[in-house]
Order: sequence, then C-alpha cells, then structure tokens
Amino acid sequence: MAHSITDETIEYVGILAQLELSPEEKKQARQDMGRMLDYIDQLKELDTEGVEPLSHVLSVENVMREDVVTNGDMREALLANAPEEKDGMFTAPRTFG
Amino acid sequence: MGKQYETVIGLEVHVELATRTKIFCGCSTAFGGAPNTHTCPVCMGMPGSLPVLNRKVLEYAVLVGLASNCEITRYCKFDRKNYFYPDNPQNYQISQLYLPVCQNGYVEIETEDGSKRVGIHEIHMEEDAGKLIHDTWEDCTLIDYNRSGVPLIEIVSEPDMRNAQEVIAYLEKLRLLISYLGASDCKLQEGSMRADVNLSVREAGTQKLGTRTEMKNLNSFKAITRAIEGEQQRQIDLLEAGEPIVQETRRWDDANDCSYAMRFKEDAQDYRYFPDPDLPPVRISEEWLERMRAALPEFRREKMERFRREYGLPDYDLQIITQSAHLADLFEETTALCKEPKKVSNWLMGEMLRLLREREKDPADIIISPAHLAALILMKDKGEINGAAAKEVFEAMFDEDVDPHSYVEEKGMKVEADTDALREVLGQVVAAHPKSVADYRNGKEKAIGFLVGQTMKVMKGKADPGAVKEMLRELLQKES
Repeated sequence: MAHSITDETIEYVGILAQLELSPEEKKQARQDMGRMLDYIDQLKELDTEGVEPLSHVLSVENVMREDVVTNGDMREALLANAPEEKDGMFTAPRTFG
Repeated sequence: MGKQYETVIGLEVHVELATRTKIFCGCSTAFGGAPNTHTCPVCMGMPGSLPVLNRKVLEYAVLVGLASNCEITRYCKFDRKNYFYPDNPQNYQISQLYLPVCQNGYVEIETEDGSKRVGIHEIHMEEDAGKLIHDTWEDCTLIDYNRSGVPLIEIVSEPDMRNAQEVIAYLEKLRLLISYLGASDCKLQEGSMRADVNLSVREAGTQKLGTRTEMKNLNSFKAITRAIEGEQQRQIDLLEAGEPIVQETRRWDDANDCSYAMRFKEDAQDYRYFPDPDLPPVRISEEWLERMRAALPEFRREKMERFRREYGLPDYDLQIITQSAHLADLFEETTALCKEPKKVSNWLMGEMLRLLREREKDPADIIISPAHLAALILMKDKGEINGAAAKEVFEAMFDEDVDPHSYVEEKGMKVEADTDALREVLGQVVAAHPKSVADYRNGKEKAIGFLVGQTMKVMKGKADPGAVKEMLRELLQKES
C-alpha cells in the first residue's frame, strides 16, 4: 500500500464527519482510506488531456421549475418524524453560548 | 510620530431574492407564517427528496450580475458546503463554489474624492438556513425551517474599500440596483440584505494585506459604521502593542457597541465542498442572455435624465424621487393621472418622506395607489379641501390607502365654498371685530389676516383660507 494515513488524519476526518470511532474502527478506516487513495493514484495514470471534468452523471442540463407555489402546509406530517417537538417546532440540544 | 495605517475592507453581501417560492422546492417564501408551515421534504433535507432549481432565482442572479458589470458564467453548477448545525437540516448548504453564476464585475460609487470602482469578485446562488430560537424554559433550541431554502445571492466584493463611508456607498449602490431590478427589497433591518465585513489594516504605503477578521450580525448602516470604526481601532491597537491579529469571525453586539470572537467547539473550517449530484448543471445560451439584457430596467441615472426632460423637475426633486424605483413609479403613474408633476413631487418629498421617517419605513413599503394620490391632488387644486385637511387625508392614505373622496365625505372635511353658511359666518366675524375692520379700511393690510383666522376658527377649518380672504375683501369693500 503506497498511501499510509496518519492517526491525526483519521481523527480530523472523524471530527468533520461527526463520528466517534473505536480504535479498531480507526485502524479499519486507515486501511480503507489508504486503498481509496491508491485507487485515485491509479486513475491519475489515465491520459485525460482534453477531457472535460464530469460534474454530473446524466447528460441533462437546465432542469428548472417555474416560480409557483405548489406546496401547502405539511407541518404535521413532517413533525411526525421528529423525536421531540414544541410549539410546532423541532427541538434540538441547546446551541447558544 | 506614530505610524499611519490604511484599512482594507471587502464585503460579503447576502441578498434574499423576491421570489414567491424557495430556491429548490415549491414552498412559499412568504414572511410570518406559523413555524414550519412553509416546509416540505426537500427544504427539510429528507433522504430521497430531489431539489429542482427555481428559474426565477437564476434570472434574478443574472440580472444583478449584468447590472453590476459581471461576466456571466455560461456553464455553472451547484456545490455542497458541508457543515453540521441544526439550522441546516441537510447537513450541507447548496451553494456555488467552483463555477459561480457571475464573476469579475464592478459598481461605481461616489466618494469624497470623486467616483471609484468597487470590484465584484463573484455572485453566487445559495439557500438560506432555518431559524433557531432559544427556549429558556426548557433550555433547548427550537427550530423553524420556514426560511430554509429561501433563495439568496451572495455578492462578494474585492477588498477595494478603505473606510466606512465607502462601504455604505457601496451598499447603497447595490441596494439601488437590486431594488430597481425588483430582485429584492434589500432591507438590512429585516435581514433581506445582510453584510459581513472583512477588514484588515496595514501600514500606509505597503501592499501586503494584513490578517483579516470577518464581522457578522450587522443590521443597520449605523451598526456597520460603528463596527468598522471599532474593528480598525482594535487591530491598530494590537499592531501598536506588537500583538498578533488572529484571523477569526467576530460577532457585532449592537447593544454594547463592541464585537467579540465567535468560537465553535469544532472549529474546523473545512467545508469539503463537492458538486451536488442532485442538481444538473445550468447552461446559459446567448439567446437567453440576450433576453435578460433586454429585460434590464431603466436605472437611476437614465430615469433622472428622462424625468428632467419629460417633467422638468429640479435636481433636488430628481435626487429624492429616484432613490427608490417604487417612489419613481408612483411619481410617474400619479403624474400621468393628474398632470401635475411638481405637485406630485412635492407630496412625495414632503409628507411622504416625513411619514416614512416617522413610521420608520422604507420607500418599498409605500402602499398609496397612484389613483388615490392623483385624486387628492386634484381635490386640493379645486379647493374642495384645504391644506391641513389634505395632509390628514394623505396620512390616512399612507396608512391604509383610503379613497380620498369617500374619506373626506365620511369625515365631513369638505370645504364650504361660497355657501350661505360661510357668508353668514363672515357677517358674524365682521360684526364681532369692528376694530380690525376699521384697521383694514385704514390701510392695515395685516388686519384681514386676523379676520380670516377668526373665520377659519368658526368654520373649524372647513374653508379655504384663500377664498375666505377674497370674500372678506369683497364684503369690506361693499360695506365701506
């Protein structure tokens, strides 16, 4: 394996993804990420001269809608998914200082 | 002698677009709905839901770009900006990083040293976040996603401004262009226009930029001015003391007139942008762009010129009336009905501005219809109501756009012109004030003013003072 991922990198990526990993999971993740980067290296060997970057897998463009209200009040149905609600709002752990 | 410093300022301005629906779904953008009643699976970030771009958002963004001399990106796309915060139900904001819709523009601003260009680095389209409310009772955060997915454009300037005055001039210019386009009402107080200030200082004459800070939560021109002045001083003090300036985001506290650093537990500012696979790219054709160019409205400068030509208004009037497209339209439509441009202008500059100030409103809030304003002007011209009554009617129109005819009728404000009732009162007034009558006849012109005043008092204002004066003159001549 050409790429070796440091513990710091795994820690950092974990924070970004809001994941808490056990030592075993970290070890597994290091190996997986190393393999992914190896694969990227392999892709880099391809000659992409003159090939436009692909930003979408389907060859569609300009999919748009008109500025017309089509949705009504769906609050009840949407709140039904929430573990907790209050006064028609979702509740979350306190986010303010 | 201390060092001389130069302040360098760039702005990130978010403008909420005046569309009926959100950027990626058919939910209403109307203000003031009950919490979460303008939401759907798309703007709540439900798995499997698919965003579809609102055509009007693209149009507005391109129009603002054209009005600010930008190049329009002919092939643009959307990217995901990843962050975790409860105001953002998807855990990413759909924005544009790699190919923003408009780039490399500028606007001209007027400064003390003449006109100056402020560069526009880019304008991109993105979605707004939900609103967080702190519940003190339960000590938790409540979330209303009605604003989630409301369309925004972010206008990123070059670091071309040097002081608060230039920043205000730049914001005024953007507000003028955007409101003329009808793309937004641009109200700082209500948050439909938000400005983040990036500021650094450097020694005068040097080229290298200093470390900058970003300031948020600036809700008025006054707050922006105070924040800029405070931050440049804070940075200069640090430099003078030989301390480093930390690149950070600071929150302006308007109540305490100071800013403080915003700290996040996980302060990794790594948004891991990547192209949004749910949204196909947008290709802008020359033909469509041509239609957008043709749709650009008459902007302030041209409008002033035309109003000068067509209506013969003085510069002062033109300056005031064209400060808002809405005000200018009201002027023009009212004038078309009553054919009295200067009188319309006087109402707008006088009572209209007075009431806007008094009620702390913006010209965009004016609800008076041209037909009603024209009717009021004609009623006053014909002497059907006097000046004081006209002002009262105008105020009622300002608040509720009442029909001046029925309002005057209901309130019994119509002037008594040359009626028996008025003649009787004149007779009484003349009889009651023989001294003033004698003074007038002895050449004291002023005495008639007193008699007019007495008449108006008895008539409770429902007479035209000019007409009363004429009638008194006639009466006193006859009797002498």
